[in-house]
Amino acid sequence: MQKPEIIRRHSLATRVLHWINALSVFLVLMSGLQIFNADPHLYWGQFGASPDRPLLSIGAHGFPHWATLPSWQGLASGRRWHFFFAWLLVFNSLTYLLISISSGHVRRDLLPTRAEIAPSHLWRDIRDHLRLRFPRGDAAKRYNVLQKLAYVGVIFVLAPLILATGLTMSPGFDAACPWLVALFGGRQSARTIHFAVAMLVALFIAVHLIMVVLAGPWNEVRSMITGRYAVPTSRAQ
Amino acid sequence: MSRQIWTRRQLLVRGSAAFGGLLLGGCDRLSRSPSFQRVLNSAEHLTYRAQRLIVGQSLAHEFKEADLSPIFRSNGTANPNSELYNRLRAGDFVEWSLKVRGLIQRPLDLSLAELRAMPSRTQITRHDCVEGWSAIGKWTGVPLAAVLNMAQLLPDARFIVLYCADELERNDGGYYESIDLVDAFHPQTLLAYALNGRMLPVANGAPLRLRVERQLGYKQAKYLMRIEAVARLDGIGQGRGGYWEDRGYEWYAGV
Repeated sequence: MQKPEIIRRHSLATRVLHWINALSVFLVLMSGLQIFNADPHLYWGQFGASPDRPLLSIGAHGFPHWATLPSWQGLASGRRWHFFFAWLLVFNSLTYLLISISSGHVRRDLLPTRAEIAPSHLWRDIRDHLRLRFPRGDAAKRYNVLQKLAYVGVIFVLAPLILATGLTMSPGFDAACPWLVALFGGRQSARTIHFAVAMLVALFIAVHLIMVVLAGPWNEVRSMITGRYAVPTSRAQ
Repeated sequence: MSRQIWTRRQLLVRGSAAFGGLLLGGCDRLSRSPSFQRVLNSAEHLTYRAQRLIVGQSLAHEFKEADLSPIFRSNGTANPNSELYNRLRAGDFVEWSLKVRGLIQRPLDLSLAELRAMPSRTQITRHDCVEGWSAIGKWTGVPLAAVLNMAQLLPDARFIVLYCADELERNDGGYYESIDLVDAFHPQTLLAYALNGRMLPVANGAPLRLRVERQLGYKQAKYLMRIEAVARLDGIGQGRGGYWEDRGYEWYAGV
């Protein structure tokens, strides 16, 4: 059997920041559910409290305890976890953006090309994914277009949105930036959007982990730790 | 060959499950550890500094009458129900007065009538509970700055502590709160005696409550009895500046 080609897939910065990010995202999501459980109702508009009609309620007590941080009902503790790791995520993300934009990583590896977003190409990629046919050979050295769109979507759409809606929930920050509250149509709308985006982030993580397992977990996880990635040999060989 | 791959995969799946379990169990243990709490709490200082820098003296948004919540929800204590409070309430708070003490030139005892005779401010603002909900109400009261200017703070004063009539748990001194002088002298910081154009209801803090817009609900101390100018907070209650602060919540509640 032919020895697979080994390439250096992820830079040191990407690898270190990825793992800080991975840990922090889990902690903010779980502490976020703890905070949500203190009033497991979502409203739309400027105000919303128990006498008002909610948009959506998650049971009487919200999410199960195993999904929250801490695992008992502890709003004060949940907030401490949430804000500490939210700050860490902000610094981590800024470092990532600074390095990745200046090094050309974003332009070279993450932004889809014009040819890639052509409907026929997109459709072929979707079909390949559904049939679990992953790129091999030279094609496996780059991100495929669905991968690019997922990463770009999280980095440039979901992350800024979750930060902005999080800040909109701060009565202090609202005094400084009332236009932000107006943009989201009120603090309670911002809270609802914050929750919806968090669910999308959770969905991204679930798909991301499933793809890692399907694409060969050993090779994928190793590439994010050591940077070394064995390129899957093409079927033709 | 395939057997080896499967073993690796198993290792990875079981490894991550074990890692996840350890992580979550570990987080719960860390949540209980005082030294780790101090690490997490460092974020509060960062938030406070960042917000003081960005927010400065800016005003909280003021709404129109049409934006009012149909019912302004009350939370926490709905009635202090102590012997003293019930007596004051039975007499329509005529016997009640706000005591102003601490690091000031002139100690004051202000009756409700005296407070109502002072220049007032009315503002329609959003009240944000730490639990996540919001309600919009119209508050009328005396700017705290006016009362503090009457009492004349001494140079050592750094915080204003507010003592309340409600005792959420017996034998622990009751509800109290504290704010820094930036918030104390902010034009929207009121000693409010009216909600939505009517005398403050008991559930919302009669006869007098604090409105410190730009911070969360638990800072808006109800049932005020006494305010005190102090240099430090560590000798009061359990030393963290408030009833909920002593129970783990942030002293700076701007987020």
